[in-house]
Amino acid sequence: MDQPMNKDSLIFTDRPGSDFVLHDDDRHAIEHEMSHYENPRAASIGALKIVQKRHGWVPDGAIYAISDVLGISSSDVEGVATFYSLIFRQPVGRHVILLCDSMTCYINGYESVRETLKDALGISPGQTTADGRFTLLPVCCLGNCDKGPAMMVDEHIHGPVSPDNVMRLLEEYS
Amino acid sequence: MSASPFASFGTINAMPRAAETHPLTWRLRDDGAVVGLDEYRNKDGYEGARKALDMKADDIAGLVKEAGLKGRGGAGFPAGVKWSLTARGEEMPRGYVVCNADEMEPNTYKDRMLMEQLPHLLIEGMIISALANNSFRGYIFLRGEYVDAARSLEEALVEAREAGILGTHVLGSDFDFDIFLHTGAGRYICGEETALINSLEGRRANPRSKPPFPGQSGAWGKPTVVNNVETLCNAPSILANGKDWYLGLALEGSDDGGTKLFGFTGQVNNPGLWELPLGTTAREIFEDYAQGMKSGYQLKAWQPGGAGTGFLLPEHLSAQMCSNGIGEVGTRMGTGLSLAIDHTVSMVSLLRNMEEFFARESCGWCTPCRDGLPWTVRILRSLERGEGEQGDIEILEELTGKLGPGKTFCAHAPGAIEPLGSAIQYFRDEFEQGINHPKREAHGEPIPVGSV
Repeated sequence: MDQPMNKDSLIFTDRPGSDFVLHDDDRHAIEHEMSHYENPRAASIGALKIVQKRHGWVPDGAIYAISDVLGISSSDVEGVATFYSLIFRQPVGRHVILLCDSMTCYINGYESVRETLKDALGISPGQTTADGRFTLLPVCCLGNCDKGPAMMVDEHIHGPVSPDNVMRLLEEYS
Repeated sequence: MSASPFASFGTINAMPRAAETHPLTWRLRDDGAVVGLDEYRNKDGYEGARKALDMKADDIAGLVKEAGLKGRGGAGFPAGVKWSLTARGEEMPRGYVVCNADEMEPNTYKDRMLMEQLPHLLIEGMIISALANNSFRGYIFLRGEYVDAARSLEEALVEAREAGILGTHVLGSDFDFDIFLHTGAGRYICGEETALINSLEGRRANPRSKPPFPGQSGAWGKPTVVNNVETLCNAPSILANGKDWYLGLALEGSDDGGTKLFGFTGQVNNPGLWELPLGTTAREIFEDYAQGMKSGYQLKAWQPGGAGTGFLLPEHLSAQMCSNGIGEVGTRMGTGLSLAIDHTVSMVSLLRNMEEFFARESCGWCTPCRDGLPWTVRILRSLERGEGEQGDIEILEELTGKLGPGKTFCAHAPGAIEPLGSAIQYFRDEFEQGINHPKREAHGEPIPVGSV
């Protein structure tokens, strides 16, 4: 691909996602986060979450926009974005299903719930349904072990979930 | 507030509780709703912090040390000793108290309850820790998935600031201290205290080399003390009621003072969470509170406190749940929330599930952990299919040594292989059955979980 280049620095001047515009509210929210710390870098995870809340995921352009606001390199922001499992660097469905796969839910039979979800939604963990409704992801222990198997959809925790009740639970997420 | 607002609503709200015997939970409401500032104050709230304001930092640390409060996050390091090691004094900058609220240890659901239902107890504990460690600011490092706890804490922080409990004049004193909520975005390794500091600073959550310890140089190079939620929630009652009372809460035989949030899960009749004296036997928790195994299930093994603790046998239920009691039977109390392994569970399959978790959650910084944990997963998967080879168990045993304490950058890999070592020790025959299993030739497909 031919891209315009800056001959002096050999850096692509037309950076990916340059059409991304950081929403003013988000910029202010990030600046507010920064005020809580000694160093603006500390707001990097918060900034990624703010952008993700609006867009559902973190597009390429947001990495540069956040690096500009925080005053740190875009590679640092990308390093953080790709380290944390709840920051999504590719589009996800309208609703994200986090299914606990830790040992207590294993003993309580989460695998049968996973199989039910795979069959009914036609996706494996890590994938998004064709209609863009759900993304299914595994997650560490959700701290709901006395009511396991546990599942979180968006901001709601459910449990115990079973092959019998899991699809009914998902009906409320359109 | 609705009738059952939080995921943590459960057995802890139903058990009998009293101020004299249940310092962590006596203020809980039967309906499980959040205990707001007015109600918390009416129930002697912030009395411990008031007492601490009249004390010297060293005396607060000394009192907590003598009360026998050990860290409740899993490692069990004495909290007062940790506080006494924090660099402070005229020549030192005031630093940070960081609450480790990144509760992600498998089978742990205690801090969630404290934060959802009793946020002011944690704030009071952090004020006391700040006084002992001369901290000017606190952060609650909360895992991102705990959105209800975040809401409770944010509301409580606003209440506390408006009431003059946090800010430039804490409870009318000359001490200034404020707390911010910092929410994470996943990754189990954030619970390691130096990884947590890196994450707080907005970096990838790789652990840091120690020394320097956080008490000398932590967040942004300043003295930093990292305490677990439950640990901090114990401080107010120690300050309010004294060390003798606190030591007396624990049962005879326990080296640790106070009470503990204990739990039992798995195929038990009444899985849940209860506040009980340290030194309570595991059998009492299992039989009287969790009410034993469900009909049709037999107890095969149990794990005292989280994925990083070793497996024990039913005969070990007579052990007291305290650091020395569980230490005597060969492992650690960890978080104190136990898991029952029933007779239908294959130990090989369970360990495969656990090591998949630990391998996935390795930060990848040091080689033994990054390469060693996936190696255990590959071997365990082949054993699970009945396709193990001669020498596989010996490799696993070798790995339990090579990933053990002192061999890796942090405690992640040692925690990952502790249950593996004990599983091989107690259930070696199940691992041996995975080698050249007779079903191998007849089954092109993996053998179903539990059949080996």
